[in-house]
Amino acid sequence: MSQIEKKRVWVSGTPRLWHYSPIGARQCSGCHSPIVERIICEVISEMGIEGNVIAVTGIGCSCLANFLFDFDSLKVAHGRPVDVATGVKRALHGRPIVFTLQGDGDCVGIGGGALIAAASRAEKITVIMANNAVYGQTRGQMAPTTLLSQVTTTSPLGRDPEIQGYPIHAAELVASIKGTVYSARMAVDNPANYQRTKKGLKIAFQKQRDNLGFTFLEILEACPTLWRMSPIESVRWLENELMAEFPLGEFKNVDEI
Amino acid sequence: MGERLLVEGNEAVGYGAVDAGCDCYFGYPITPQNETIEWFSRELPKRGGVFLQAQCETSTINMVQGAAATGARVITSTSGPGWSLMQEGMSNIATAEVPCVVALIQRGGPGTGGLRQVQMDYNTVVKGGGHGDYKNIVLAPASVQEIYELVQLAFHLADKYRIAVVVLSDALIGQMMESLELKKLSFGPLPPKDDWAVTGKAYHNDGVKHMSLIVQGVPDSPYSTWLSFPKHLHDKFEEIEKNEVRYETIDLEDAALVIIAFGYMGRISKGAVKIARAQGLKVGLIRPITLWPFPKELINRLAEQGANFLVVEDNIGQMIEDVRATLCGHGQGQIHLLSILDRSSTADGGLILPRRIVEECRRILEGGEK
Repeated sequence: MSQIEKKRVWVSGTPRLWHYSPIGARQCSGCHSPIVERIICEVISEMGIEGNVIAVTGIGCSCLANFLFDFDSLKVAHGRPVDVATGVKRALHGRPIVFTLQGDGDCVGIGGGALIAAASRAEKITVIMANNAVYGQTRGQMAPTTLLSQVTTTSPLGRDPEIQGYPIHAAELVASIKGTVYSARMAVDNPANYQRTKKGLKIAFQKQRDNLGFTFLEILEACPTLWRMSPIESVRWLENELMAEFPLGEFKNVDEI
Repeated sequence: MGERLLVEGNEAVGYGAVDAGCDCYFGYPITPQNETIEWFSRELPKRGGVFLQAQCETSTINMVQGAAATGARVITSTSGPGWSLMQEGMSNIATAEVPCVVALIQRGGPGTGGLRQVQMDYNTVVKGGGHGDYKNIVLAPASVQEIYELVQLAFHLADKYRIAVVVLSDALIGQMMESLELKKLSFGPLPPKDDWAVTGKAYHNDGVKHMSLIVQGVPDSPYSTWLSFPKHLHDKFEEIEKNEVRYETIDLEDAALVIIAFGYMGRISKGAVKIARAQGLKVGLIRPITLWPFPKELINRLAEQGANFLVVEDNIGQMIEDVRATLCGHGQGQIHLLSILDRSSTADGGLILPRRIVEECRRILEGGEK
């Protein structure tokens, strides 16, 4: 394989967003983040908004997309994408589609306050939160979404509700906030869910474009490396364990606040 | 002559900002800067600008970063505890190199401190404040009129160098009412923002995607090798130190003792110099207007001419460290300090009064016990 072919990033199959990056996809094999990135690119391409979309990524495995996306983006501090996206959206007087791409720790751990405030303000942005029940980039610590009894590097005996409390249900939480017009939990573990996620993201972007309110999409993602599983096993664990705690579905889908 | 108003220093921040073409304000209430956020909430939307009250200062500064990345002229204002919360954002802004202005209305500290005048945030503004190797340009006004003018200058310098500029006000000049003459200042041409602003790919002249990153030294980032970014910052800071030093001086020609004081203590020291001169004491004053870059050359020159120095600052001694560092190796000048401990009153409204400064000048010049 020639050098240039090696650099070709497969993140999007939609020709208009093919992009050659010197970095390439940096996720591990079996990771679901690149699938989500592909969905984002497909939706943007199909909606024809490449020229008027701005991504804001945080810090974490799910946030390596800046170099892959062939449209404008910002990379900002851990937990701050929602605030930065607010600044971008407001400064441009609501013109672009602005979305954040965050992990669970970024979005409801360190950035939980910002998330609640932005949803309450009915901020016209879309937050895409990857939920893999673990901190990825720092290699496997307990996340706000870690399941009870789940072993991580900072819950070596398994998450104990007496000590570490309970996993947070972000999509349900955001759905309960008045300024939210769309909140859903999706997954990309099979082709049907892939299509549902894509449809959900399209709805979220469309509602943002129509200036209706805050839109939120939580996506369950497998992390074979830090779950210490094979890619196949990790999909099974996601379907059996993660989905049992975090049911898929739309928790809010309204056209009027 | 421009229109004259009677306004508070905290409101002068607003007048300066809109006369500089400010597009956005993000803020959070905190005493003693509430007049500023209230002014912007009232006045900026009327002028087509964006006002947003955030949920905390951590959010404020990140909203500022986002708005600044689009090329908008953005300002926020805060005070001590809020300024501490903003340090993470200030550090990120230094790496993203997005221009913005922060009006810091100092109050007491550490901790909740007090709500009255102090000059305790010198170190955190001048030395960077957040993590990493960076600096902010710091402008120190001493009057309501000067707040108005320096806010305009701050926007210009921010755009010129793609840097955060802090206007270091305080509870005293912030909440004091004075006559303000409105006059839009112009500072010359600025580089275009088209080549980096993140506004959506279809809105760029160059037709390629733009990224605003808080990480440098990776491929595709503006400074793609690790050391090239520190080198760039070093060169940028050197250029600022060369071009942007500003200060006011009084009676330096024959001064045997030079007072160095900024902000309201600079203004109070002006009165002290007048009294001291009337009493035949050869005293002069340097009032740094830029705290970073610091007027090193001037201080060195005076030291080599044999002057001694009296630093007057309303804290336990912060700027004096920069004076000491500046003088290291230059002349034999002594450095004295009048600090917050030399205030006239032990209550939080106390001040270092002109007569105390004159007294100290006499003691230094004529010798005697402190």
